[in-house]
Amino acid sequence: MSRKRVVTCSINGREQQFLCESRQTLLGVLRDTLDMTGTKEGCSNGNCGACTVLLDGRPVVSCLVLAVECEGAQISTIEGVAQPEKLAPVQQAFLENAALQCGICTPGIIMQTQALLKDNPNPTEAEIRFYLAGNLCRCTGYDKIVKAVQQTAQMGSGSCQPDCCGK
Amino acid sequence: MSIDSVSPKKKYKVIGTRPIRHDGADKVTGRAKYGADTRLTGMLHGVILRSPHAHACIKSIDASAALAMPGVHAVVTGKDIPDHGNKIVELGEGAVNLRHLGSNVLADDKVLYRGHAVAAVAADSVDIAEEAARKIVVEYEVLPHVTDVCRAMEPEAPVLHADVFTQEMGAKISDTASNIAARFYFEQGDADAAFTKAEVVVEREFRTATVHQGYIEPHTATAQWHMDGRVTIWTSTQGAFSVRQQVGALLNIPQSLIKVVPMEIGGGFGGKIVVYEQPVAVLLAKKSGRPVKVTMNRADVFQGTGPTPGSYIKVKLGADKSGKLVAGKAHLAYEAGGYPGSPVACGCMCIFACYDIPNAQIEGLDVCVNKPRSAAYRAPGSTNAAFAMEQVLEEIAAKLGICSLEMRLMNAAQEGTRRVDGPVYPVVGLVECLQALKNSDHWKTPLTGPHRGRGVGCGFWFNVGFKSSVTVSVNTDGKVTLVEGSTDIGGTRTSLAMQLAETLGIQAEDVTPVIADTDGVGYTDVTGGSRVTHTTGKAAHEAGLKIIDQLVDRAAAIWEVNTAQVRYEEGGVHGPGGKKMSFRELAEKLHETGESITATASVSIPQVGGAFAAHLVDVDVDPDTGKTQILRYTAAQDAGTAIHPSYVEGQMQGGAVQGIGWALNEEYFYDDQGTMRNSTYLDYRIPTCFDIPSIETIIVEVPNPAHPYGVRGVGEAPICPPPAAIGAAIANATGIRMTELPMSPPKLLHEILKRG
Repeated sequence: MSRKRVVTCSINGREQQFLCESRQTLLGVLRDTLDMTGTKEGCSNGNCGACTVLLDGRPVVSCLVLAVECEGAQISTIEGVAQPEKLAPVQQAFLENAALQCGICTPGIIMQTQALLKDNPNPTEAEIRFYLAGNLCRCTGYDKIVKAVQQTAQMGSGSCQPDCCGK
Repeated sequence: MSIDSVSPKKKYKVIGTRPIRHDGADKVTGRAKYGADTRLTGMLHGVILRSPHAHACIKSIDASAALAMPGVHAVVTGKDIPDHGNKIVELGEGAVNLRHLGSNVLADDKVLYRGHAVAAVAADSVDIAEEAARKIVVEYEVLPHVTDVCRAMEPEAPVLHADVFTQEMGAKISDTASNIAARFYFEQGDADAAFTKAEVVVEREFRTATVHQGYIEPHTATAQWHMDGRVTIWTSTQGAFSVRQQVGALLNIPQSLIKVVPMEIGGGFGGKIVVYEQPVAVLLAKKSGRPVKVTMNRADVFQGTGPTPGSYIKVKLGADKSGKLVAGKAHLAYEAGGYPGSPVACGCMCIFACYDIPNAQIEGLDVCVNKPRSAAYRAPGSTNAAFAMEQVLEEIAAKLGICSLEMRLMNAAQEGTRRVDGPVYPVVGLVECLQALKNSDHWKTPLTGPHRGRGVGCGFWFNVGFKSSVTVSVNTDGKVTLVEGSTDIGGTRTSLAMQLAETLGIQAEDVTPVIADTDGVGYTDVTGGSRVTHTTGKAAHEAGLKIIDQLVDRAAAIWEVNTAQVRYEEGGVHGPGGKKMSFRELAEKLHETGESITATASVSIPQVGGAFAAHLVDVDVDPDTGKTQILRYTAAQDAGTAIHPSYVEGQMQGGAVQGIGWALNEEYFYDDQGTMRNSTYLDYRIPTCFDIPSIETIIVEVPNPAHPYGVRGVGEAPICPPPAAIGAAIANATGIRMTELPMSPPKLLHEILKRG
């Protein structure tokens, strides 16, 4: 077993320190070390997007990021999207549009949507479908997800807290 | 775009509305606890070692090096599962051979497919467990293997099981051990005679590839072995009671000592009914004395859990000059995988189910091959069959020069039509679905341009009833708690709460649905067969009626009048002299006026009546690459009554897109060693949102007369038509009638180039 390292970073706007082995992924640390199980594991090899989080504002599949790479980084996860007593617009839009069935892909898709709407507040349907193509959903056929993203955009996104995406 | 083509729901207040689902907030904030989110004090992690060979005898297993590693707590193998002989047990959704079930969980003396589980390790971490698993030495004697259904039926093919003989109607019909584990046969009328009188006869052969359900959440279970012999299992499953039955039967544990806690489930589609990792977690927990979690990785899911069968299907149809079908013959051979039990019997019952074919013969063969033991997948067996059937129907329509949609309408099954395997349909809605397509904007919009084509396809699924239980309690704040046993994969908490709310005349939000563990609610069958909204919904309705009876009694007691003078309507009690109390007002008085009000209801429904879907698709085929692009897609389906239209549309859209993946992309690639070479999502490519357009939906509502609110169930039928409809569209775009699934770019390009 290799020596553990201390990593200091910001998670959802709060400074956080954790110990990890060099081989541990960010996903593994979030779920197993920090008990933040909102980020989901679907494939462990970067294919499904269920574990998407924002790293310095950029969407990444956390199963392909080593935790030791996160020193000094700003990380945003699904746990930081809502305000303490209020869902974010994107979350409300997903509920109103019935944009989830089993819900396992939902945290990753919401994080990807956050990144999309920061980059492009008024995406076309094709742009939404292109941007979300790395997030697999096996239940919905995607239509209602796309509509939820469109509704979020129409609500004049903002969609996340000031410290959410590092932007 | 969605169109509720019929709106008979004026009589309902809650049914037909679109409330926000009860579990929604937890699922969009990451708070919902799925199977893999289970955390227990002292929990170990289990890893399963899998066979590198497609077919081999296990000579020996030496785990000493693994057990010697620091951090390793236990190793189990097939020897830890009691030997049950060929005992057949009824496990809710069909009879199972316990020896087959057990040796699929952990192989005994043979491995039957690449990825077959042979041993498992519990260790302090997944990394240590993986390292230890690699140190387990398994000595194999490799045997010749067979992964193709047709090759497996040849006389010289390697035989998987020395003790499996061909069975028909429960009797042995082969003299020697055979890969053909079962034969099914159905007929009506005189097909041979009718074919001689037909104007057009077409016979074609079809092949379909092995595909996977593809749920995003891998299988996962955590087990705790208590010191008094009780066992608790937290798992991702479609049926908590089914897991309890299977684990109990396999490990000789009395059912009542097992508690199964169904965690949120990240997709199932039929694949999370049979146990895989749950008994392994229990055995490891028992041996290590610690709770153990076993979570599969993605390759394990593809290589070790239920795909749906590859198949060979031959269909022959005859029609008269007008296009009326007069005769049909079908032969279906489905790959069961390593153990008998493909859904070929269902394929036989579905293949002609959309049409009235007075003279027909259907034969089905269940064939063992060296692939994972097949499991249910959304309308198991029906999609393969619909592809074959509808392609032949299309060809006949083309030969007769008639519109295939009109030909379908002319032959569509309706009330009184007898399915070849016997049942006579009650009121069903296929004609209405086809008419809805015909009236759609999509159908009325001409499709133009080269290499473009439009196609129609139909599909059928039985839908099942089975058993469900619920308990309803009235709370003094005017709300009710609905405890139910159906795990919720796609919003059924809400569709059940809505039916109870409708019965009680309250709002959907006034009902709190709770999914209980196996100690917390009466026996409930699996979430499958499109049954939950139908059957558990009926249980919720019946419990609601019992609640109403008690509310009436209570109001009568409060008002000191006869019960007969009190009636319950519009969400409240009404008595003589204009006395009335709303549900809430009465609920507030419950504690001061007597005992609390609760009711349980259990229902068992043998038959549902069937669900039909009809789909319409426009495609564009690139003649240089063979790639098929979906331009527009419309799905029509008879839901009976759509309780929550958004989630009905969601089932239709999700089923259609799974069917599109099956039609165009998805396929297990095997090399000559019998190894699946594409066991990742990158290579086993399911549709992404960039691959497809919005799926338009038309909910057709022909209420099911056997259900209090007319529900039919909607989950499965929408996966049946897509390969058929897309095949027809490709034929209309290119003139090439594909006979193989998937109709992937290389296969279609091959046909395009062959034609020159």
